[in-house]
Amino acid sequence: MMCRKFEILEKRTLAPKIKEIVLYAPEIARKVRAGQFIIVRVEEKGERIPLTVADWNRNKGTLTIVFQEIGVSTYKLGKLDIGDRLTDIAGPLGNPSKIENYGRVICIGGGVGIAAIYPIARELKKMNNYVISIIGARSRELLIYEDEMRKVSDELKITTDDGSKGRKGFVSDELRDMLAKGVKVDRVIAVGPAIMMKVCADVTRPYGIKTIASLNPIMVCGMGMCAACRVEVGGKTRFVCFEGPEFDAHEVNFTELMKRLNAYREEEKIALEKYLKKIGEVKPNAN
Amino acid sequence: MPIRRRVEMPKLPVEERMRSFKEVALGLTEEQAVQEAERCLQCPHHPCTSGCPVGIDIPKFIKMIAERNFREAYRIIKEKNAIPAITGRVCPQEVQCEMKCTLARMGEPIAIGALERFVADWAIREGIVEEEIVKEDSNGMNVAVVGSGPAGITVAADLAKLGYDVTVFEALHKPGGVLVYGIPEFRLPKRIVELEINYLKRLGVEIKTNIIIGRTYTIEELLKEKFDAVFIGTGAGMPKFLNIPGENLVNIYTANEFLTRINLMKAYLFPEYDTPIKVGRRVGVIGGGNVAMDAARTALRLGAEEVYIIYRRTEREMPARRDEVINAKEEGVKFQLLTQPVKFIGDENEILRGIQCIKMKLGEPDATGRRRPIPIPGSEFNFEVDTAIVAIGCHVNPLIQRTTPQLKTNKWGCIIVDDWGRTSMKRVYAGGDVALGEATVIQAMGTGRKASTAIHQDLKKK
Ligand SMILES: Cc1cc2nc3c(=O)[nH]c(=O)nc-3n(C[C@H](O)[C@H](O)[C@H](O)COP(=O)(O)OP(=O)(O)OC[C@H]3O[C@@H](n4cnc5c(N)ncnc54)[C@H](O)[C@@H]3O)c2cc1C
Repeated sequence: MMCRKFEILEKRTLAPKIKEIVLYAPEIARKVRAGQFIIVRVEEKGERIPLTVADWNRNKGTLTIVFQEIGVSTYKLGKLDIGDRLTDIAGPLGNPSKIENYGRVICIGGGVGIAAIYPIARELKKMNNYVISIIGARSRELLIYEDEMRKVSDELKITTDDGSKGRKGFVSDELRDMLAKGVKVDRVIAVGPAIMMKVCADVTRPYGIKTIASLNPIMVCGMGMCAACRVEVGGKTRFVCFEGPEFDAHEVNFTELMKRLNAYREEEKIALEKYLKKIGEVKPNAN
Repeated sequence: MPIRRRVEMPKLPVEERMRSFKEVALGLTEEQAVQEAERCLQCPHHPCTSGCPVGIDIPKFIKMIAERNFREAYRIIKEKNAIPAITGRVCPQEVQCEMKCTLARMGEPIAIGALERFVADWAIREGIVEEEIVKEDSNGMNVAVVGSGPAGITVAADLAKLGYDVTVFEALHKPGGVLVYGIPEFRLPKRIVELEINYLKRLGVEIKTNIIIGRTYTIEELLKEKFDAVFIGTGAGMPKFLNIPGENLVNIYTANEFLTRINLMKAYLFPEYDTPIKVGRRVGVIGGGNVAMDAARTALRLGAEEVYIIYRRTEREMPARRDEVINAKEEGVKFQLLTQPVKFIGDENEILRGIQCIKMKLGEPDATGRRRPIPIPGSEFNFEVDTAIVAIGCHVNPLIQRTTPQLKTNKWGCIIVDDWGRTSMKRVYAGGDVALGEATVIQAMGTGRKASTAIHQDLKKK
């Protein structure tokens, strides 16, 4: 079969508003490693948005990405079907996750962050780490990649905010209890909403456990040229796209990151409403 | 014979400028161009040419304009300069050719830039640019050009004409480099850049966007897998910061982000286009170069009520093109000179509210020959703004250097090259801002031309 560049080959709905698509992008697939991302533009008038690569197949030349429909760009992406093409995909971007034999590693994924932690957990497992994964979502139906994570973890813990599956609470609660029980841990890696990563960092700080967070700021260029994604780490301004996305979570100024993530909240609302009106959906929760 | 006054470039009225991104400088009419060309003294020793980084035979093309032989004028310019419609608009002529003009001593040099632009625009209108494809047969050798700014465009065009198979790799989704994402439409219409890019395509150059060399492919992979030589023209695009408290507050942009959102992503058409931009009521632009002027004038067009250039020296020392400083003032940009920010002030939500500044005075000249600004103790004051744009320059793009350890760089991260653009790595060449540090379009072009000459020479020997 001849695939066209940036064509969507597969598409699944993993949970309400969370979709997985498989894209044909062989030049990126041959190079990408765990922890890296791509920048996509869905269409000619679209934004450049970063998306973590959840999986890939070098032989088939494909990338798997998972996203939640939140803003206009992810909505537009979710509307595309098998056979449609994205206008642009650039990557792989950012530095790959450092995969070594650390010993016992806790991999934490929250929300769509679970798809992002998945390849990292998988590679850590391949390097003979003992992988404990903690994954969490708001509720049972929003929990994604459970089977995938189970396959690459020695232990898998699940949390939901409402208790509809696994432990009721946050991933950080599970982490806190584990550490309190004296589980010896050599490294923690967290991917998810900024607030989740911040709390996880706060939990591990007193134990002095090396904790890595994969940051998710607003980006435009993805190659170190615009600095939209800058964030203070260890008292210095760093470019997430180019020097990250992973940083020592104990040094990240999460408060700043969260404020900067909200910089365009009004504009995002305007853009989404306009788009939904155009396609005839009124509220951003149909579908 | 009394010397006539310099013909002034017609410009769009200020009110009209503020409502659009239409080009401000309108170009000379044929009559104006001929009239201006007739002022040229045709000095036998061509001082103007010595001021041109690519050595255009200036008196000769001006003579052709005076004789209304525009086609020949165009040919003469094109011998040395592949992109005259662009350089005619953006070169800092006042410190190059026009500074050396004999008439400059009497205050009014020939408007060489305006004449160059006239000829180039004439050639576009007449369709001559279209006809011009002359190309040698393929010699079977492959050259990779990394980056599609003026340096890369020049190398690609030169080598394609000589029969090389050229592939340009560009990280962004659109080729053109700073000409596309940085310099605004009102100063350099994008259709002119597109024309140059289309010209490359017609020469058979393959342009691959969305490819980040250093990530998608390394330089070594390019050399191993396909290419006989690689030219690196990745520019200087990594923003510098003031390194003062508060620089990451919301509504502080780097000029690159601000201009990229607008020029490349068309945020001025939000929400028709998805990329947003926020421009407040009072905007402070920090810096005194072309980039600062472009950002300030763009902010005004996007509806800011007051826009200030905050610069630590005086207008004399500003590195921006003189025309753009004049245009900025005409449009209402205000100048807060001899002023240096020391701290950005935010509110409880980390949203920018103002800049704490200190007054400066000028001391002795520094290494650049400009007088060094010195802070005046106790002169701090608060400058209220709700948007700040930092335009104090850029480092060279470091990705390739970091992923290619064999490539030697200097302490500023610039790729070290010889006079002909050869790097420390065999078959690898570099030019433009990535080798020079922040420079100009014409210098990028000039170093590109040297590198293409060297590549041709070196590969011929193989
Ligand atoms: C706002 C602004 C206004 C300016 N005004 C003027 C002016 O009026 N007159 C003047 O003479 N000069 C001006 N300059 C400077 C001038 O634009 C630059 O000197 C010139 O563009 C440098 O050309 P270049 O080809 O070296 O690089 P660039 O034009 O910077 O192009 C480099 C290209 O390489 C791409 N790239 C970078 N890294 C990679 C990678 N790893 N892989 C693939 N591609 C990559 C970039 O995306 C970019 O497209 C201005 C600059 C700016 C920012």
